[in-house]
Amino acid sequence: MVTHPAPMDIQLRGIHHGYPIGGTFTPVIEDVSLDIAPGEFVALLGPSGCGKSTLLRLVAGLEPPHAGQVLAGGVPVSGPGPDRIVMFQDPTLYPWRTVRANVALSRDIAGRRDDAAVDAAIAMVGLKGFERAWPHQLSGGMAQRAALARALVNEPRLLILDEPLGKLDSLTRLTMQTELLRLWQKRGFTVIMVTHDVEEALLLATRVVTFSTRPARVISDVSIDLPYHRHRDDPRLLALRREILVRLGHSEDW
Amino acid sequence: MSGVGTTQAIAPVGTPQTRARSRPPLRALLPWAAGPAWFVAALVTWRWPDADDFPDTTTLAGLFAGIGVALLSAAALRRLSARAPWMIALGLGFAAWELVQAKLLLLPRPFFGTPQDLLDVFLTDWKRLGDSLLHSLGLLVVGYTAGSILGIATGVGLGRSQRFRYWALPIVRLIGPLPPVSLLPLAMVLIPSNWLASEALMALGSGFPVTILTWSGVAAVDPAYYDVARTMGARDRFLVLRVALPAAMPQIFVGLFMGLGMSFVMLVIAEMLGVKSGLGFYMQWAQGWAAYPNMYAALLVMSLMCTGLITILFKVRDRILGWQKDGLKW
Ligand SMILES: Nc1ncnc2c1ncn2[C@@H]1O[C@H](COP(=O)(O)OP(=O)(O)O)[C@@H](O)[C@H]1O
Ligand SMILES: [Mg+2]
Repeated sequence: MVTHPAPMDIQLRGIHHGYPIGGTFTPVIEDVSLDIAPGEFVALLGPSGCGKSTLLRLVAGLEPPHAGQVLAGGVPVSGPGPDRIVMFQDPTLYPWRTVRANVALSRDIAGRRDDAAVDAAIAMVGLKGFERAWPHQLSGGMAQRAALARALVNEPRLLILDEPLGKLDSLTRLTMQTELLRLWQKRGFTVIMVTHDVEEALLLATRVVTFSTRPARVISDVSIDLPYHRHRDDPRLLALRREILVRLGHSEDW
Repeated sequence: MSGVGTTQAIAPVGTPQTRARSRPPLRALLPWAAGPAWFVAALVTWRWPDADDFPDTTTLAGLFAGIGVALLSAAALRRLSARAPWMIALGLGFAAWELVQAKLLLLPRPFFGTPQDLLDVFLTDWKRLGDSLLHSLGLLVVGYTAGSILGIATGVGLGRSQRFRYWALPIVRLIGPLPPVSLLPLAMVLIPSNWLASEALMALGSGFPVTILTWSGVAAVDPAYYDVARTMGARDRFLVLRVALPAAMPQIFVGLFMGLGMSFVMLVIAEMLGVKSGLGFYMQWAQGWAAYPNMYAALLVMSLMCTGLITILFKVRDRILGWQKDGLKW
C-alpha cells in the first residue's frame, strides 16, 4: 500500500495585493482571509479578472502578498515548494520537451526518475500514444491534459488548480472531473481550484468561495454537504447554484 | 470514412509503372546525360591539342572520365535525380573552360588559369595546402569556441542578473560594436604571441553577436516557464541550464551563425597580417609570387572549409531545435 503525504492546511490572513497598471497602483485583492482545512476541496468562483489567479500565486509562494500572511501547514510561505503543486491557467508546456518529458518535469527537478508514475499520469489524462509528440503538435485540450498530468505526477500535499478543465470539450471535461475527484478521494490531498463553471464547483468541491469583482473580496463561503457521487439534477445542487449566481450578480441569468 | 477514399485515390500514384509513365521522358533521361557530359570534357581535354605546355593534361582527362563513369553508375543505381542538372552543367562547364583557356587561350594569362593549372596545384602542393587548412581550422575552432562559450555565458548573465547587467553591459556596449580588426595592431603589441592575439580577437568578434542574441533570447523567456519549474522546487541551476538556455536556443543559434561569419573574417585578416601559417597566409604568399593557380586553389579550399563548418552548425541546430515547428534548411 502506497502511503500518501498528509494533506496541507492553508490560512490566509488579511491578504492585500495589487499591481501597478499604467503607472498607478491597482488593488487586486482586498482583505481576503480564508481557513482551509487539510483535505478540503475548495472551489473559488468569481468574475473574470477579479484576482483569482493572483490569489493562487500568493498561495503557491510565487509572490509575497503586499500585506497579510499566507500560512501553509502553520508555517509562513516564503517561496514555492514541491509540496504545493500548481496547474496554471495556460498549459505552459516546454516546447523543447516531448509530452513525456514535460510530464516528467518534476521528476527531473527532483533528480528522481519514476517511469511508472509518469506513464500512469499520461494514461490517466488519455494521452497514451502521444508521449513522443512535441507540444506544438497537441490541440489546446490535449495540452491542458498534459499540464494536468504534469501536476498529478507529484505527491503534493496541496494541489492548486487554475481553471484546469477550462479548455476541454464538454465530454472530456466530464471524464476529467470524475478522474480528479477519484484522485482526490484516493490520495487525500487538499485542493484549491479556480473555475468559472458554477456547476463544476458544486459537483466537485466540499466548499465554494465566491469573490467580488476586482479588487477581490470574499462575498460568500458555502459548504457543500452533499455526498459524492453528486448528480447535476439534484434539486439541492440546483438551489445552491441559484444562490451562488444571485450572489455573483446574475440574479436574472440563471 | 474519408480516410478510405484518400487511400484509394493515392494508391495508384504510388505504383512504379504509373510513376514512370506520368513523368516527362526528358526528366527520366536526365541522370543518364550527366556521365556523357563529363566524357565530353574528358575527350576535349585529351584529344584537342593544348595551346601551350600545360601540366597534367592526361591526368585531368582521366579524372574527368572517372567522374563520368561514377555518374553513370550513380544513374544506373538511381541515386542521381535531383543533382543531375547540376552535374551536367558542371561537366559542360569544365569542357567549356578547357576549350576556352587551355585549347584556344582566349583569356589573358596568368589571371585566368586552366583546369590543368588548378589540378597541378593540388597534385604538387597538396601537402602545404592541407597543412594550411589544418592551421586555419585550428585557429578558427579555438577562437570561435572560446568566443561562443564566453558569449553564451555573458548573454545568460545579462539576461538573468541585474547586478551582472549593471557592471557588464557598459563594457559590452563599449567593446562589442568595435570591429575586432581595429584592435589587431594593439593586440599584436600587447600580447606577445601573434597566435594568442589573433585567437583573442576572434573570440571577441564571434562572442559579441552570440552575447547579444543569447541575452535577447534569455530576456524573452516567458516568465511562466520559470514559475512552472519553481513551483516544482527548481533552483537557479535548473532554471538557467534547463529552462532559460533551451528556451533561448533558437536565438542563440542565430548568434552562433553570425559569430561564425565574423570569425571567418577575423581568420583571414589575422593570417594575412600576423600569423605566419594558414590559408590566408598561403593566399598572401601566392599573390606575392603571382602564383594565381595557387590562390584559386586556396580560395577553393577555404570556401569548402567555410561552407562545411556552416553545414555542421546547421546540422547541430536541426538536431537541437528539432522541436521547432519550422526550420530553415541549409
Ligand atoms: N503581473 C501583473 N502585473 C500587473 N497586473 C496584473 C498582473 N497579474 C495580474 N494583474 C492584474 O490583476 C487583475 C487580476 O488578474 P487575475 O488574478 O489573473 O484574474 P482572474 O481572476 O481572472 O484570474 C487583472 O486586472 C490583471 O490585469
Ligand atoms: Mg485567472
